[in-house]
Amino acid sequence: MLDSNKDALKLEAMKRIVAMIARGKNASDLFPAVVKNVACKNIEVKKLVYVYLVRYAEEQQDLALLSISTFQRGLKDPNQLIRASALRVLSSIRVTIIVPIMMLAIKEAASDMSPYVRKTAAHAIPKLYSLDPEQKDQLIEVIEKLLADKTTLVAGSVVMAFEEVCPERIDLIHKNYRKLCNLLIDVEEWGQVVIINMLTRYARTQFLNPNINEGGGGDKTFYCSDEDEDEDEEKEKQPYVMDPDHRLLLRNTKPLLQSRNAAVVMAVAQLYFHLAPKAEVGVIAKALVRLLRKICQFISIILNNFLFRLLQGMFEPYLKSFYIRSTDPTQIKILKLEVLTNLANETNISTILREFQTYIKSMDKDFVAATIQAIGRCATNIGEVRDTCLNGLVQLLSNRDELVVAESVVVIKKLLQMQPEKHSDIIKHMAKLTDNIQVPMARASILWLIGEYCEHVPKIAPDVLRKMAKSFTNEEDIVKLQIINLAAKLYLTNSKQTKLLTQYVLNLAKYDQNYDIRDRARFIRQLIVPTEKSGALSKYAKKLFLALKPAPVLESPFKDRDHFQLGSLSHLLNAKAGGYQELPDWPESAPDPSVRNVEVKESVRAVGTVTYRDTGAPRAQQTEGSRGCSFPRAVEQSSEDDRKRDRKIKEQKSNSESESDEDSESESSQSESSDTESEVEVKKKKKVRHPDVSFQTIAPSSALKNYELLHRITGEGLSVEYCFSRQAFSPDANMVAVQMHFTNNATSDTKNLHIEDVKLQSGMRVKEFAEIELLPAGEATTAVMGVDFCDSTQAANFQLCTHTRKFFVSIQPPVGELMRPVFLTENEFKKEQSQLMGMNEISENLTLDAKCRNEHAIVQRVTTAANLSRVPCGSDKECRFAGKTVTSGSLVLATVATKDEGAAQLTVNCEKMVIGTMLVKDLLLALTQ
Amino acid sequence: MLYIKTVGAIFFRFTYGLTLYDGIYFCLRVHRSAGGSSVALLPFWRQCWQSAAEMIHSLFLINPTGDVFLEKHWKSVISRSVCDYFFEAREKAVTPENVAPVLQTPHHYLISIYRGKLFFLSVVQTEVSPLFVIEFLHRVADTFQDYFGECSETIINDNMVVVYELLEEMLDNGFPLATESSVLKELIKPPNILRSVVNTLTGGSNVGSSLPTSHLSTIPWRRNGVKYTHNEAYFDVIEEIDAIVDKSGMTVFAEIQGVVEACVRLSGMPDLTLSFVNPRLLDDVSFHPCVRFKRWESERVLSFIPPDGNFTLMTYHVSSQNLVSIPVYVKQNISFFDSGSSGRMDITVGPKQTMGKTVEGLSVTIHMPKSVLTVDLTATQGNYTYDLTAKVLVWDIGKLNPQKLPTLQGSLSIQAGVPKPVENPSLNIDLKIEQLAISGIKVSRLDLFGEKYKTFKGVKYVTKAGNFQVRT
Repeated sequence: MLDSNKDALKLEAMKRIVAMIARGKNASDLFPAVVKNVACKNIEVKKLVYVYLVRYAEEQQDLALLSISTFQRGLKDPNQLIRASALRVLSSIRVTIIVPIMMLAIKEAASDMSPYVRKTAAHAIPKLYSLDPEQKDQLIEVIEKLLADKTTLVAGSVVMAFEEVCPERIDLIHKNYRKLCNLLIDVEEWGQVVIINMLTRYARTQFLNPNINEGGGGDKTFYCSDEDEDEDEEKEKQPYVMDPDHRLLLRNTKPLLQSRNAAVVMAVAQLYFHLAPKAEVGVIAKALVRLLRKICQFISIILNNFLFRLLQGMFEPYLKSFYIRSTDPTQIKILKLEVLTNLANETNISTILREFQTYIKSMDKDFVAATIQAIGRCATNIGEVRDTCLNGLVQLLSNRDELVVAESVVVIKKLLQMQPEKHSDIIKHMAKLTDNIQVPMARASILWLIGEYCEHVPKIAPDVLRKMAKSFTNEEDIVKLQIINLAAKLYLTNSKQTKLLTQYVLNLAKYDQNYDIRDRARFIRQLIVPTEKSGALSKYAKKLFLALKPAPVLESPFKDRDHFQLGSLSHLLNAKAGGYQELPDWPESAPDPSVRNVEVKESVRAVGTVTYRDTGAPRAQQTEGSRGCSFPRAVEQSSEDDRKRDRKIKEQKSNSESESDEDSESESSQSESSDTESEVEVKKKKKVRHPDVSFQTIAPSSALKNYELLHRITGEGLSVEYCFSRQAFSPDANMVAVQMHFTNNATSDTKNLHIEDVKLQSGMRVKEFAEIELLPAGEATTAVMGVDFCDSTQAANFQLCTHTRKFFVSIQPPVGELMRPVFLTENEFKKEQSQLMGMNEISENLTLDAKCRNEHAIVQRVTTAANLSRVPCGSDKECRFAGKTVTSGSLVLATVATKDEGAAQLTVNCEKMVIGTMLVKDLLLALTQ
Repeated sequence: MLYIKTVGAIFFRFTYGLTLYDGIYFCLRVHRSAGGSSVALLPFWRQCWQSAAEMIHSLFLINPTGDVFLEKHWKSVISRSVCDYFFEAREKAVTPENVAPVLQTPHHYLISIYRGKLFFLSVVQTEVSPLFVIEFLHRVADTFQDYFGECSETIINDNMVVVYELLEEMLDNGFPLATESSVLKELIKPPNILRSVVNTLTGGSNVGSSLPTSHLSTIPWRRNGVKYTHNEAYFDVIEEIDAIVDKSGMTVFAEIQGVVEACVRLSGMPDLTLSFVNPRLLDDVSFHPCVRFKRWESERVLSFIPPDGNFTLMTYHVSSQNLVSIPVYVKQNISFFDSGSSGRMDITVGPKQTMGKTVEGLSVTIHMPKSVLTVDLTATQGNYTYDLTAKVLVWDIGKLNPQKLPTLQGSLSIQAGVPKPVENPSLNIDLKIEQLAISGIKVSRLDLFGEKYKTFKGVKYVTKAGNFQVRT
């Protein structure tokens, strides 16, 4: 069916194949048939083929390579979704040979107009990295670029990429720290989690411990690192002032505690726990308790258990949330019990114990056992209630259920060890129980108790031993061991009565099946029964056996999870999971906070902001009025950025006015200073591609703006400038003429200047200039080439070759150069305009620049910015311009209607909406500057 | 046994010999067939370099009988045999809910959720926030629910291709990509009856035949260009009472979980503001991402641009500190006699604080001790069923009539020779009160900004019993 001509059949076939894959069946045999369809026009089929390719490409690498060119074409598609999905599939094909292609695609997508594509680029970075870690350095460059992106859509993904590729390059974050903090609230939920985790780590390295002055004493475990303590002592006296950036982080994450996404809440909670001053940690309590009520009860309880213990007071008001229902699953019951035990203190213990009493009656035996242990722990922790608990437990001894009794015995044993002298009657009571209780652990416990405190019950102990000796052979191993112990202890204290019994027991043990028991018996016999050979040890037998034993500490099974980062998988499993990164300790002294200051002359990367406004409906700006709304913050940000950019442009303008000759040079030096870190080549490329290049057309020095293609330094003496001559390109009418001006500043001649290796988006064409055979030193020449940009502002990339070197260069046209003037009459204009309404019409209100209030100035500025011709018009309030796009010949109509006080309305009608929006943007700038 | 040893030896030789070979290693698998065993060499891509924060690796959907009926891998393929660890845990657990959500296996971590009788099992290889994965899995289940109306094995099987495409879109390289249903619906059209008819006739699929050429919306949860002829916005305030009442009728613990569900069908980009009469009542709130936090903090109003269609606007919590009123009381007396194998039961339900509204849908569920064999009861209202195997007694009462209180009484017969149950079973109450939010919360107004059409607005209040337990 796949070979059929009909899309419907193909689709049906693909659907079946995908269903096979989904069910886990092997469909790799069909690879050749499927891969043929990758170029299919039908989007539905295409998508399914993509799905198939991603799954099987790595198994059939050679065939998979056939499909690569399709994706490369897809990367140039005007539709952002197709661009994105092509990149996604391309990067998901795990075939090493295409690494360079992937690298190129990622680099290009990273500066795409659409934030969605940039997001996909960020996603592709870790994929490429796992395929070929050699690319790390290049990828870091891309990450650095994307980190500077100001759209919320991208932020989460790029931080994810950062975490995977280069988490150690914390220096990349400095510049973006404040921006990330501010954007955080608008980032999508999953991104928030990643960013918060990353910022936690960042803050731990960059800020001082806020609890530095109160640490030291009681709360060692709070920050769970030993070094903290030393630090605390050293710095005890210094007053602590929180870094404003630290405060910013805490402030901006706080509202996220109210997120509906449990993962976000947990992330913020751990951030607060690890970073906030102790007094402020309390805010997370409420949110954490909310998590407990949700579906993920189980996990959150485990994760938070540690917290519950540490921050008792904080959770006390929510005590009742942890009351147990009979319908809870056993695990949760036990966990809740754990929490209740941790929360118990002098004031609430009576309520908790009453609650425990209800639990003991539960049908769930495991749970009852856990409750009894919990009571034991409460009793050890809180001295006042010890007697009450003990009495309660003793009552349980008469319970009909053996398990309950056994568990109580074990707990009582532990409790009694703390103050045995007071409780000989309990011991007596328990001695009686030996007749009934069958659970070995309980029997063993009782025997141990009696042996240990035989002086408190001198009469009963030998009797118990007698009974035990009788049943010795039928006992479990642990009981047998305890019988031997009991016998030994009694022999030492009361040898008169028990000598024979002990002998008997030891003899029995001698022939036991278990070698532990045999060994023990042999050892004890040597130790306590005086023979002529017995050495020095027997003297100390009494000391050995009847030494005062310290009371055991009843501990939570959830102890010792403290050293993992809260909320992580490692924390949950209490084992280090692969890829777990230790949370760094606080630094001894704060690193320089100024690294986070963003320079005013920040290298202008307007891509993010511009597209935000492009895609962002005007609504976004409207709602900006409502204070504190969540998403328009990005707009504010961008407008701020706009201002910055404006300033820069002004600077450039003044420069170019004063030294118009060396115009380009001064510019380049300026941008050089602004981003010194980036390498020269990268800078050069970026610069040429800068979208704000188009703003420079407003430079009044000349109507035709020169752009730099190759700087003389990078060009080793050869410098190339180009301008859009606005003349028809005679060999091909659909091409834009680009006039190139070559200057040879070097001392030697340059030969064979020509173009090679033209890399273009699909549909674009280039007509190269004729090869320049010789350019002598110090001479200059010009050449004209034609480029068909296909009505897009995509750059044309190619290599400029001389006889010795090749230079990568690219030409990116401002949108205004993609059109040529058309002469229309007023009526024609109106008629055409009426046909380009609705979606094709974009209008903007603006305030004209003070110098640009008259008709002449407006015309001059518009025609400078865009290659349009003026349409004659009756009214002096309106200026009209018309043009056609070069490739497709779509009409472009622009109207500037002036009103009072320099207010004006700009309307652009164009079939091509992208061109329209971009033109509006450029004209707006031209008119308002 | 011998062949296992040799195979083991070969295995080691191969793995050691080949690990360095171009990043591929060969894994030996022993296939046992009826005729004996055969050895197959399967090349796998190896994750040579462990990266720091990779997320979800693979997803398996498992039905109640323990079959994997869908698998999806976002990175290299993981054999479904990894699920065996899960099946082992599933065997051990008493009920499906009791399966531990996170399991550790030698090479992977398995994180699972249980939704609609299905297990969503994800495989993770490295450190990740477990809540992150769980929350995501729930989001996947929610999306299926949203697309197909329910989330069951049959429905997923029927829509296998759409499901697979959805999963493809939702995760990229194991990291969530598009999870908002508005975005997803633009990429993959949800099936509906009309389209499925057309599809069967024409053989089309649900993938948008023309991808949206427009820019994706700046607000991820809302798509551009929504149009309705009738503009309407409905809000349901649903409150659930969680309570534990002890033997004597005293409230041990009570709190209210509230949720505001919204159904908004408005054209364009409406900006809504919903305000409450008494917002201070709300103790703890969590919001849909569309709600602006700051407005809530400063003015206690919900200001938001709504997603299109149904969504949960907020959840809130009214804590036990505020007096939570309990709508019904239960008088019960359950006793088991020492002599003879029988017991008695007598339950009466009556209204307590219902604010003048009628209590509907009342039912009492009792998990009997295992030793209770049969029950012989008479109900003055409604009827009862006793599930002999699960030992669950359900008394369905229906509407509560304050004049004539419903009672259920009679005898229980207990298995002979077994000691009488220690604990009396606790009662779980279910009920529903229409037109009442038991906490007293009230929506005061809804304002629409940004669009200029008339909107139909409505608010509905419902109170339900959440986890309402009476101890006996």
